[in-house]
Order: sequence, then C-alpha cells, then structure tokens
Amino acid sequence: MDVILFLVFATIAVVCAINVVVQRHPISSALSLVGVMGSLAVLYLLLGAEFIAAAQVIVYAGAVMVLFVFVIMLLNAGAESKKGRSYMSQFLGVPLLIFLLGLTAFFVQRMFPETTMVKFGGFTGGGAEAIGRALFTTYLLPFEVTSILILIAILGALVLAKRGE
Amino acid sequence: MESFIVLTVIKAVIVFAVLMTTLAYLQWVERKVIAHIQVRPGPYRVGPHGLLQPLADVIKLITKEDLLPPYVSKPFYLLAPFLAITMALISISVIPFGPVLQFGPLDIGPLHIPHVETAMQLTDLNIGVLFILAASSMGVYGIALAGWSSNNKYALLGGLRSSAQMISYELPMSLAIAAPLLLSNTLSLRKLVESQQGSILDWNVLHGPFPQIISFLVFLIAAFAETNRVPFDLPEAENELVAGFHTEYSSMKFASFFMAEYANMITVSCMATLLFLGGWVAPWPAAYGSSLVPTVIFGGAGVLALYHGAAAARKRDHATFPVFGVVFLILAGVFLLPAVQSWLLPLFWFCAKVGAILFLYIWIRGTLPRFRYDQLMAFTWKFLFPVAMMNLLATGFLVAWMAK
Repeated sequence: MDVILFLVFATIAVVCAINVVVQRHPISSALSLVGVMGSLAVLYLLLGAEFIAAAQVIVYAGAVMVLFVFVIMLLNAGAESKKGRSYMSQFLGVPLLIFLLGLTAFFVQRMFPETTMVKFGGFTGGGAEAIGRALFTTYLLPFEVTSILILIAILGALVLAKRGE
Repeated sequence: MESFIVLTVIKAVIVFAVLMTTLAYLQWVERKVIAHIQVRPGPYRVGPHGLLQPLADVIKLITKEDLLPPYVSKPFYLLAPFLAITMALISISVIPFGPVLQFGPLDIGPLHIPHVETAMQLTDLNIGVLFILAASSMGVYGIALAGWSSNNKYALLGGLRSSAQMISYELPMSLAIAAPLLLSNTLSLRKLVESQQGSILDWNVLHGPFPQIISFLVFLIAAFAETNRVPFDLPEAENELVAGFHTEYSSMKFASFFMAEYANMITVSCMATLLFLGGWVAPWPAAYGSSLVPTVIFGGAGVLALYHGAAAARKRDHATFPVFGVVFLILAGVFLLPAVQSWLLPLFWFCAKVGAILFLYIWIRGTLPRFRYDQLMAFTWKFLFPVAMMNLLATGFLVAWMAK
C-alpha cells in the first residue's frame, strides 16, 4: 500500500516538475509547482512526518505559491514565445542531464546504504512537539541565523521599494 | 477492521447529508434573518414560510443552462469551482461534533450489532488544526483561478482582491489560532476540547492564565475576511465588479462557489467553537441543571407555537404553527431520555454555539457597510496583525511563567 502510494505521488511530483519547465504560460507553470509541493507533502505524510507535511502545504503550496500566482495575475503576464536554442544546449543538453542524474544516483547509493534509509512510517520525529524541541535545542543557532537572514531580506525589500518613490 | 470501514462509511454519509442540508438551509436562514432586519417577510411563497425555498433553488440551479464562454482558459475555468468546493468540504472531515459515542450490543431480530465505540468525528488527526489551515489556504486557488481564467476584467479584479485579502488575513488568523493552542498544548481538535472540560470559565476564551478574548475577536474578524463575507466581501462587490470572481460562471459551477462560501462559513464557525468556546462542553456543569436547557428551550418554543396557532392571524397558520409546536415538544421530550442524553446534549451545545456564530455572521451582514480596499489592507496590517502578535507574546510569556 505504502509503495503504491509512494509510486503514484512520486510520479505525479516528477511529471508536475517537468511540466513546470515545459509549460509556456506562467500560471500553468506556477500551478504545476503547486502540484509538486502537494505531492511532496503526501510523501512526507507517508514517511510519518505529518507536521512537516502540513507545514509544506500551508507555507509552500498555500502562502508562497499563492503569492506567485497573485504577482503573475497582477502583472498579467502572457504566454512566453519560443526562441531558438543555442547549438550547445541542443546537442549537449540531454547527455549532460543524464550524466548529472547518474552522478547523483551514484553518490546517493554510495553515501546512504540501504540499512540507513528511512522506512515508510518509521520516522518518529515528525510530530509538532519533536520538531519544536529539535528547533529550539539542537538546531537553535541555524534557526536564529535563518530568522535574521529573513529579517534582512524583508529590510532589503523595504529599501528597494522606498527607492522607487 | 471491517466494522471500522462500515462505521466510517455510515459516519461519512451522515456528516455529508447533514452538511449539505445545513448548507441549503443556512441560506434560507440568512435570507429570512436579513429580511426581518430590513422589515420585510423574505422568502414566503414556496412551502410554509418559504421552508421549501432551498429545494426550489437547487432545482433552479441544476436545470439552468450551463454556459461555457468561448474566451475562457478552459482547464482552469473548469478546475476552479471544483477546487473551491473540494477544499471547502474537506475541512469538515477533521471536526469533532461530540464526545466518544458508546453503542451497546444490540439485537434487532436476526441482525446482531456488537458493542461499538466511535468518536463523533470522521477522523482525529493529531494535526487537525493545521489540516484545516492547509485546506483553507488551498481554497484561495479556486477563487484566484476563477477570476483569472474567466478572461474578464471584473472577474480578474475580484480574483486579485480575493487573493490579496486572503493572504493578508491569514496571518492574524494563524496568530490568533496559535494563542489558544498554547493554553491547550495540543494540535488535535478533540484534545483541544477535552482540555476545556468543566464550565464556561474553563473555555479558552475565559480560561487563565490569559483569557483569549482578544484572540477570539481577532479570529472572528479574520474569519469574516477569509470567507469573503460582509464587511470584507470586496471580491464580489456587486456595485463595482458586477459579481466579482464568479461573473462568468453559471448553473452548477456558480452553485459550487456559493456552496463553498457557506461551507467555509460553517467550518470557520466550528473552528471558533472548538478553539475558544469549548466545543461541545456545556456552559455550566450538568449538576447545576445545564442538561435541562434544551428541554426548556424546545418546550418553550413548542408552547409558544401552539399558543400562536390557537390565535393565528392568518388562515394557514392554524395548521402550520400547531405542527411545529408538536415537533418542538417531542424534541423537548427526547432531550429528557437518559439513553440519548449522553450524545444528544453535547451535540446540542456544539450546534448551539456554531449556530450563534453563524447568526452573528448574518447579523453583521445586515448591519455593516463594506470596507474600502485601502481601509481593508490598512486594517489588517496596521491594527489586526500587531494586536494578534502582542496577544500571542503575552500568552506565551504567561504560559511559560506559569509552567515554571
């Protein structure tokens, strides 16, 4: 059951991800990205990380992507036109892609042998309490640094917006 | 396992049927209440006191011609109402309506029913609150896409307004939800209610160390905006935008937006009840007679209806009022039966609280004018958001201090 669900949603995620690039209209691409986020959330759920799954939907599929869609609608962006590709990307694109995928697969195989992998539902640190504990004890420094980084980004956006006036 | 599936199917069917009926009749109630606020009778022709009006509306909406304008972006145009209604209806699956139900071993002729113990809820997720937030944040796509794919400037403006409004009001709403969660220390809606057992003083809205009255008000205001209701119904402001995001929709597609709005209203009212008003907990313990309240209310209504039926001003009221009076009196008697009291009373209090908030929705619609767009944005970012933030901080500090 778990494997079937995993295969279905992994396939949806990959198809949506390819669709993001293939689609020419920004809205279609953005919605495909929502599909990717949604199926990723299901994959988290299958692993037993329900809090992360909910956060994935609320933050990425809900907030971030709605903002994307909103901006696309506000700018009323039209479909993109097709331009001729350079010779290099035409001939080297596919081989390079296969090479990259092979390399990644090889390293994943080498670095994470089968015994260390997470099994379906075997991950127990996915509840809200466990994640809160981890964030505020083990990973306190990265957490605070990230929040400062986001604060700087907000300030930067403010400065850029003010300059236009 | 088998009984689990059977039970779940039965519960799903019951919840779905009740939800759909409530959706239809909520609209009748709304029209009636608004009408009485404006001193007119409201729907009156179809059935006694317009009681069959929802049925007539459903028949009308189903049999209307389903137009598909040629200039729309077809896949998204068709996807949008589907998304809106799905995301609106899915939230009801995690809402608990009452305590765990005990159903004794029972023999009806050849049919043997074993002892069953089931929660009055479709499924109890331990992230129930987050699930509802996620579903409501996905519901924005329905409206935004409807506005965009219609290829109509009024619809586009409505969709834009709606997504901006929903993004902005989701922040104070989430902050307002977080504060009672700190008090109850759980994300499961069932445990949330169980932490508020006792009396009205144990509900999160009045519970120490920090009563969540501010947070309750912020949640209610943000909820009005999230469901696009007056005074925040700018996405469908009819005097500026024709009908806003659903201008180009007709027949059942229009109906699904309509149903989604009412389903969202019900969900949000249930959330307010569960988070702040103690869910199905009675305002004071049964030892002091809270279990007699429904009997008194229904009995009073029954006697009143019988009295009016005896001295009716109109001819048809001679028939209708006594019927309603007898129904109310029977209901009053049912609430006294000890066999059903254990689950009927919690259900009564839950429905009463949800109904009160829904009535508030309608009351405000009949009272307040619409916001202007800049007022709407300034209100959430400059007032609601800081207030919710301060409230959350104060609650957090007090909870941490008390835990020491």
